[in-house]
Amino acid sequence: MKRFITTIAILAITLQVSGQDLLDILESEAPDTKTFTTATFKGTRILNGHSVENSKKGGLIFLISHRFGRINQGVDELFGLDQSNIRFAFEYGVTEDLMLGLGRSSFDKTYDGFVKYKLLKQSSGKKSFPVTMSLFSSIAYRTLEDFDPANEPSFNEKLSYVSQLLIARKFNSAFSFQITPTFVHRNFTEIESDPHDIFALGFGGRAKLSNRISVNAEYYYTANPLESIEAKNSLAFGVDIETGGHVFQIILSNSITMIEKSFITETTGDFFGGDIHFGFNISRTFQLGKRKIKK
Amino acid sequence: MKSYYILLFFSLFITVSNAQEKFITKKGSASFFSHSPLEDITADNDQVLSIVDSSTGDIAISMLMKSFAFEKLLMQEHFNENYVESDKFPKAIFKGKIENFSDLDNSKQEVTVKGILTIHGVSKNIETKAQLHKQENNITLDGDFPVAVADFDIKIPGIVRNNIAKIVKVTFALDHEPYK
Repeated sequence: MKRFITTIAILAITLQVSGQDLLDILESEAPDTKTFTTATFKGTRILNGHSVENSKKGGLIFLISHRFGRINQGVDELFGLDQSNIRFAFEYGVTEDLMLGLGRSSFDKTYDGFVKYKLLKQSSGKKSFPVTMSLFSSIAYRTLEDFDPANEPSFNEKLSYVSQLLIARKFNSAFSFQITPTFVHRNFTEIESDPHDIFALGFGGRAKLSNRISVNAEYYYTANPLESIEAKNSLAFGVDIETGGHVFQIILSNSITMIEKSFITETTGDFFGGDIHFGFNISRTFQLGKRKIKK
Repeated sequence: MKSYYILLFFSLFITVSNAQEKFITKKGSASFFSHSPLEDITADNDQVLSIVDSSTGDIAISMLMKSFAFEKLLMQEHFNENYVESDKFPKAIFKGKIENFSDLDNSKQEVTVKGILTIHGVSKNIETKAQLHKQENNITLDGDFPVAVADFDIKIPGIVRNNIAKIVKVTFALDHEPYK
């Protein structure tokens, strides 16, 4: 009996060794690689504001954004559709981490330029990191001539600056969240009590409904809003639909403008009072430089 | 009684020596090619792991889907996010057998490889011809085979139907060295 048990025991060990699965060996031999998280968001915008996503290296994005008038203007204004604001922009991925953009908004006839740089990237595996952090900086130049000709603001007075730190985490393939500390500086203010420097904090997230569709929400809290207008915090809800090189975003927001200095500090609509602007962003990516694949 | 234990003891060594007959590579290459009226798409993975047991001809291959490099980076992101869903199914795995392996001599010759290919969580039996060159310290295996995208439950939306082939050609080149 003792001999029988010994035989079984030895055979079990022998079988285990010889039967060691080839896949198990591969598993144990697989290098522990660092994998960077991709596609935290589908587009370069959560809705109104920037996401941590950049255009890929060599990718040129043509972005067309529209915001219509307020839905509660009724059927006479076709629920705001009679009034249209548009922004065109080109955004280019200079490197994997650096993106440059140029845009022009019809609202206040404003030109804007921005730089977005990925400082740190969320990764898994060896030396993983929990979040992606990007720096965003933009300049906006207002060219609408609504001033008294005798009292024309100087070039500098027409400029505004925005700096943001974008901190985002893709919790899983379906859910991502971003926090965005923001600093806005306006060279010119309407009245004395308007702050030149405005601090705001943005919150944005997305939940994927399917591989190609997600619902997004975005909120910017402003700590010291402008006094000369009845400024409200910006709120937006939307849906992302991605098809190949396009991303469509359908948006409902109390902000009518599409650049940071404007929608964060100059929003006056009361979302829950029905001051909602329907809008959309359409982006098309053109790949200018192709990566060389080793042959 | 004593000889019985000696026999058992030596049976341990037999299995240990078996382990010496395994050949492995961590830098194998696999690529796929999709031809369509609108565009040709190639993606390469040069971090393929493969192991061959030369005593049986058993073979196992494993690769990370995220290691496939595309010319267009956005395409690579879409491949991982929307098509093969790399977060859910990180690896493609093949487990099979090189037929009549022990009968092969040291010349380069055609062999039949049979086994189960798992991509996107779906397993399919496949059989393909490949070029095998067995040497003292090296086993190379090269070949290609067609993969029907739909077989692996990978859905191609209507809008890009003309950009992506229904059947893609998978090419592999594996250069195994002795596994220690």
